[in-house]
Amino acid sequence: MAQTLINWLKEIYGFHWIADQAWVVYLLWGLVQVALILALVMTCVAVYTWMERKISGRIQDRLGPTRVGGRFGWLQPAADGLKLLCKEDIVPAGADGFLFRAAPYLNFCAAFVPYLALPFAPGWVVQPLDSAVFFILAIGGLEVFGVILAGYASGSKWSLYGAMREAAQVVSFEIPLGMCIVVPVLMAGTMNLTNIAQQQQGWCTNWNIINPFALATFFIYMVCATAGTNRAPFDLPEAESELVAGFMTEYSGFRWAMFFMGEYCAMFLLALLGAILFCGGWNGPVPIATWLIHGATLLGAPADSLWLVFIGNFLGMCNLIVKGVLGVIFMMWLRWTLPRLRIDQVMTTCLKYCVPLASIMLVGTMASIFILRGGRLPHAVEAEKTPPKQDRQTERDGRGGSDFNSREGAC
Amino acid sequence: MPVERVDPDLVEFDLRSDEMLVNMGPQHPSTHGVLRLVLRTDGEVVGDLKPNIGYLHRCAEKIGENLSPRQFTPYTDRLDYLASMNMNLGWSLAVEKLLGFVPSPRLNHLRVLVCELNRIASHLVAAGCYGLDLGSFTPFVWCFREREKILLLFEELCGARLTYSYITPGGVTTDLSKGWLARCETFLREFEPVIDELHATLTSNAIFIRRTANIGVLSPQMAVDYGCTGPVLRGSGIDWDLRRDGEPVYTRMYEGYQFEVIAQVNGKYPHDCPYPAVPTEAVLGDCWHRFYVRMLEVVQSMKLIRQALEKLGKNTEVLAEPIKLRQKLTAGSAYLETEAPKGQMGFMVVSDGTPVPWRVRIRSSSFCNLSVAAELCRGCLIADVPAVIGSLDIVLGEIDR
Repeated sequence: MAQTLINWLKEIYGFHWIADQAWVVYLLWGLVQVALILALVMTCVAVYTWMERKISGRIQDRLGPTRVGGRFGWLQPAADGLKLLCKEDIVPAGADGFLFRAAPYLNFCAAFVPYLALPFAPGWVVQPLDSAVFFILAIGGLEVFGVILAGYASGSKWSLYGAMREAAQVVSFEIPLGMCIVVPVLMAGTMNLTNIAQQQQGWCTNWNIINPFALATFFIYMVCATAGTNRAPFDLPEAESELVAGFMTEYSGFRWAMFFMGEYCAMFLLALLGAILFCGGWNGPVPIATWLIHGATLLGAPADSLWLVFIGNFLGMCNLIVKGVLGVIFMMWLRWTLPRLRIDQVMTTCLKYCVPLASIMLVGTMASIFILRGGRLPHAVEAEKTPPKQDRQTERDGRGGSDFNSREGAC
Repeated sequence: MPVERVDPDLVEFDLRSDEMLVNMGPQHPSTHGVLRLVLRTDGEVVGDLKPNIGYLHRCAEKIGENLSPRQFTPYTDRLDYLASMNMNLGWSLAVEKLLGFVPSPRLNHLRVLVCELNRIASHLVAAGCYGLDLGSFTPFVWCFREREKILLLFEELCGARLTYSYITPGGVTTDLSKGWLARCETFLREFEPVIDELHATLTSNAIFIRRTANIGVLSPQMAVDYGCTGPVLRGSGIDWDLRRDGEPVYTRMYEGYQFEVIAQVNGKYPHDCPYPAVPTEAVLGDCWHRFYVRMLEVVQSMKLIRQALEKLGKNTEVLAEPIKLRQKLTAGSAYLETEAPKGQMGFMVVSDGTPVPWRVRIRSSSFCNLSVAAELCRGCLIADVPAVIGSLDIVLGEIDR
């Protein structure tokens, strides 16, 4: 995309000098992309804070916010944000100033950076990575550093407790979480999220979750995701009835908001990742977008029309976001329903239930792949089944299997 | 200096290098008021716990020695502010015992009615806050929603939402207003299904059971030794309730009322309602049982209220005025314990014949109940401390007086 931009700039009179400095274009383009993602994610986070309050309100027989921004309190997140910005920013006397200040941003970055590798629709990704799954897991795992630093640097015993719990909990839950993520990766034969999602194209019967192993894995994945993002019933690092506020005890104002946003970012990230890996990504349960585009081509629109691709991608992105929001709502529902587990019970849940179950699912998936397709990648099986028909199809509408297979072969 | 059972005040100087001294409170979300717990912890494990009290001391007893009994009634409101009616009742009955006053039937029914309503309100706060201590927000709000209805009833009755001063030596301040009985009946009807919801979200919730069963086990012997009373005592399986076993001055109030004392005797709770069975993990005397006893007591209180409503509906008697504001007291002393929601609340009044008592002494139930906390928390995890303290259901206004 940046290269297209450079070519385009070369043609515009007066911008030639920018096109010569390729790195400027790359930098500017990167900033634009990050701004877009940040806008999307931050909007979602703002909506989530409002939604959390509304959902908790409804569950608890209350109304939730009703004052700011009309009847449904739409502007509540803005009011909250403004209030947090106006709050006094306190660094405790016993705190390690630099680390204390750095921790919230580290935490937020770790939750946000994985979005750069997360595709929202085919091609709509900041940095297409063949190892996107690995990248997201690796960067997402850094979140724990922010929390540990916050707990250590606060100079408060409660914060320290929160940090130690976070360390124990998140590091443990990353093992089953990683195993759960490997299951769809094995099924797809690639770590490229775009390809994983595109393999699930068509009706919802093509989704990975239809596979019984993947279905079971999805539930383990959701448990681990809830635990990995410190959400109830696994919200021990910030257990307010035991540790006051855990690692966030000494934070106020904007730094506290960074932790808060980081939590929602991470929740949304894991929900989106789960949607891509298990629930078809941007493919709806019924391939309406494909029909629409197909219909438009029948009416005479060129198949590679930018507008058609844009509409298809936009619908796909909406699909994915709806799935992510549903995942987040599930986590909120759990939070407002269940009591909190104890630290030893959290570890038991992880080591005694999640890890063995995830291992069984992993081995089961491997076995089923071996038995069903002799260990070959899914597209290889597909190609063997219908080679001539697929070619014809590709000729006709320019979309479909072969282009996808060639990309598949690259990774 | 021996480390075993060292005075926890000195623990700070006796800390092993891998141990940490943590102050839980007085500003802490789950110490139920201004209680300060000093914990000696080794990682997540609590070695020693020492409750520090006195942050809410308001010299209630000394004030009682400077005011006449009726003037002191509002101060009893502030003892257990979650069950002010029961505090008023304890004080009034103690004074009435000194005076040899015999209440009329209507007065008795009224007192049973408001005291049991307040017991429900108090147990609702206990149950809701206990959920909150364990990280479950929703039951807390549900409990407070129901409690609000009781408070509205009380507000209509006496104008106050928490500090009622309704029951006072020699009577009550005012009779029921028109239609109050019907509104109380409506409340009971609405409240009944909520109990099942609370059982679903708390009592029989798997995580709740894991957090409370076999935690903070209080043996019957220990409960008696420490002077625990109320649901804490009955949670340990001791069948003792002053409403049935108390002094005649108190029990005659409940004459003609049918109710059961909730305690597990011979491995069985005395109820035939379809309430969740005791989970296999639960041990008699643990946090789960203490919670369960409260939940079942709420049902018994509802039973008592229904009977009181019926009796009051038939009764057309006109209430007499309470004793005069500065009525001279009989010389002598009287001590009476009553069954408040949190345990046995004792009031002692000593008089030399003047309108103002010579000495007032209050026995707090929460104080004794809290005293077992150190024993129960030894060797548990930090997360269990709120679970144990919450299950004891203490109110600091009553402990510090």
